[in-house]
Amino acid sequence: MKQEKPELVCPAGTPASLRTAVDAGADAIYCGFVGPTNARNFPGLNFSLNEMAKAVDYAHDKGAKLLTAINSFPTAGRTDIWKKAIDDAISIGVDAIIIADIGMAKYLSEKHPNARIHLSVQAGASSPEAINFYCDRFDIKRVVLPRILTVAEIKKIHDEIPCEIETFIFGNIGMMAEGRCSLTNYVTGLSTNMDGVCSPANFVHYEEDEAKNLTSRLGEFAIDCISCGQSAGYPTICKGRYNVGHREEYYAFEEPISLNLTHLLPDLINAGVSALKIEGRQRSKAYIRSVVSSFRQAIDAYALGQTPDISNLIALTEGHKETQGAFPSKKWR
Amino acid sequence: MIFSNSSKTSSFNGANNSPGYQRLNEARQKSISRYLPPLPVFALAPILNHIVNSIANKHPELFTRLGQSAKKTFLIDPTNLPFFLILQPDPKQPKLKAHNRNIDISHDVYIAGSFATLLKMIDSQSDSDAMFFNREIIVSGDSEAMVALRNALDDIEDTIVDDVAASFGPLSFPVRKFFDVVNKVAKPK
Repeated sequence: MKQEKPELVCPAGTPASLRTAVDAGADAIYCGFVGPTNARNFPGLNFSLNEMAKAVDYAHDKGAKLLTAINSFPTAGRTDIWKKAIDDAISIGVDAIIIADIGMAKYLSEKHPNARIHLSVQAGASSPEAINFYCDRFDIKRVVLPRILTVAEIKKIHDEIPCEIETFIFGNIGMMAEGRCSLTNYVTGLSTNMDGVCSPANFVHYEEDEAKNLTSRLGEFAIDCISCGQSAGYPTICKGRYNVGHREEYYAFEEPISLNLTHLLPDLINAGVSALKIEGRQRSKAYIRSVVSSFRQAIDAYALGQTPDISNLIALTEGHKETQGAFPSKKWR
Repeated sequence: MIFSNSSKTSSFNGANNSPGYQRLNEARQKSISRYLPPLPVFALAPILNHIVNSIANKHPELFTRLGQSAKKTFLIDPTNLPFFLILQPDPKQPKLKAHNRNIDISHDVYIAGSFATLLKMIDSQSDSDAMFFNREIIVSGDSEAMVALRNALDDIEDTIVDDVAASFGPLSFPVRKFFDVVNKVAKPK
């Protein structure tokens, strides 16, 4: 049976990555400005205003959309930085702004009433009541759902809200309460949500001993010690191993693993999902080329009633493991 | 408290405290080069100078992405070769030098892997995060500088290998062929 094709939304951390994503078949690309206004504020990553303007032109020339993520939360006295980012994005003609902070949503909807607003996953809106509030007050056109909902729950939400739904289909599993995780803040003093940095690089250290065991640390805390031959993961606290209660060396939050919903794509589309999102603005253009082209083929194949073959993505997953997370069932762990 | 506490990481001021010191020393002990007189790595100097300057001239935006990390010293260790490289990406005077393994050089960042693996990483043909997950590359030291360098290199549109090969003018064909052979050797079996 033929199905409606959803929009494939892909990440880009640099202009070269953006062009790679467009050329690989992305329908839309999301990216952020240099600085704390987006949730991937890493060294050497993100776009200047000039780069973003050129990116808009490149995307539009190839029939793709550009979505600007301004999805961190300003603290008191710093809102001007976020407002300027919003005004800058509007001035260069981006197709939508992905927003998380309720104050910035108000600013955007009042200052630029014709702007298309997407509600970031960082807003953590996971109920029809919450989403409808944003729709009523700020006329948001799309919500990016947290990665803790089942497909059945997504369908139920779809039936009760007036806006489009976007869900993650590949990359970081993101099992923490989106936009509310304070683990990095606890260890480093910097906030994932307000400074845009999960596990800031200047706090990360790797050490390998004579037996090739690799210890990763964030600040003063050891996150994991990986034996020789074992696959490594990102140095994030939520993917670390700890001695807790009756269990030693236990992945107390989550193990290094990536979300991969390839085989749930038809279910997601049937549930009313309009846009499928790939995570990974911090990843290389080699990753983007592989993942975007694979999902382009998969979506096109499903639309023709065919079954795609996506078996080449495991090498790009964290810890060489993949999961469907909570999407099929809440009993996933 | 669920986290296990640990001592702070050592400072990287002296060579013996440098992030890659243990690895370098280990490679030196295993390398046949310890039985041989030092290689004439000075002979590589003009080639390496040419490479780093041609990249810097063609891609000045690379230094913007590097930011403050342009002042750092990167030790790049091709573990299957008898020498290592020191990169100092200072926009005013970028340097890339080869050194024999019998000397210690203070550095901020240590990146190690086989020559072919490092070439693929620098050329952005493979995902460096996946290489790290697979333990094909070893990194230690100043992670901020390391991430900045990775992102700066990844923003280069064409492949660095193509740029470098082209910069050799009439010799571009054999240089390109050399890199092709190395890449072929590096492909996963």
